Amino acid sequence: MPELHSVLIIVVATLVTMATRFLPFLVFGKGKKTPDMIVYLGKVLPCAIMGMLVIYCLKDISFLTAPYGIPELIGCAVVALLHLWKRNTLLSIGVGTVFYMLLVQLVF
Amino acid sequence: MRKKALLTVFKDTIPVLTGYLFLGAGFGILLGESGYGIGWAFFMSLFMFAGSGQYLAVNLLATHASLISSAIATLLVNARHIFYGISLIETYQDAGKKKPYMIFALTDETYSLVTQNQPPEGISRNQYCFLVSLFDHIYWIAGCVLGNIAGSTLPINFEGVEFVLTALFVTMFVEQWLTHKDHRPAIIGLGSTVICLLIFGRELFLIPAMAVIALLLTISRKTGRRVTDA
Repeated sequence: MPELHSVLIIVVATLVTMATRFLPFLVFGKGKKTPDMIVYLGKVLPCAIMGMLVIYCLKDISFLTAPYGIPELIGCAVVALLHLWKRNTLLSIGVGTVFYMLLVQLVF
Repeated sequence: MRKKALLTVFKDTIPVLTGYLFLGAGFGILLGESGYGIGWAFFMSLFMFAGSGQYLAVNLLATHASLISSAIATLLVNARHIFYGISLIETYQDAGKKKPYMIFALTDETYSLVTQNQPPEGISRNQYCFLVSLFDHIYWIAGCVLGNIAGSTLPINFEGVEFVLTALFVTMFVEQWLTHKDHRPAIIGLGSTVICLLIFGRELFLIPAMAVIALLLTISRKTGRRVTDA
């Protein structure tokens, strides 16, 4: 029964996804005092994770074949510089994205 | 006041709205092409609510993958969520009845908004986090379902719009950089991930990267302390 197998694949994928989201809360939640180490990690992780997520988004770029990731790198630079300059989230994301779309549609 | 707060949540989530509508639509189209209709798109986006996880699931469905390999592949892609939980244990502690939903709906994008943005006047931090989660969830379901219905018939060229989520994370990275004096965590996160991607390849790098990040952050805490003590 291919239908049943499909449903089971989705159930398994959903359960594994939920396990990754609930695990820390189940281990450290329950009214116990959170260990110092975890409190510390909680404070510094957001900075580290944003770096990780940027790379995660860029993981499929091939630097060995055209266009060598150039549009992505230019796009990221535009977003970062714009944000350093104006520090307006919507502006940085909006202009950066439109700029990237123009690059991949018209230039590369 | 409540209405104003909702407007702020909407404004904060506009980048996610854009990203989710298009990424969700991309997923809906792929799923449709593999022969799965609107019901599948709706329930997968409702219950799973994971961008990369769902794209992976289309692949697993299309190739009739075994359940074990489905579980492992999903874990490799989604293990990063464990970090989000660790950094929100304190923040979500008093969320009450809404807490299970907020944990369930903790995506990359929701995480980056709730760790960075301050709640607007009139609502608590927990209400803000809850609303961001809920709004993002609705955007995602809408995108997945609409994409599945429309198929690849959209007339306008949206090529490249998926970059909106990369732009969101770059912005949040810069924002964190500007708000925190200690730049070591940011450099550790970026550097470890790049190195692990080069060593382990795009399929396997995420879990080693997380391990290296956790290790280096622990070491940097110890050295940091020594500096302060001295």
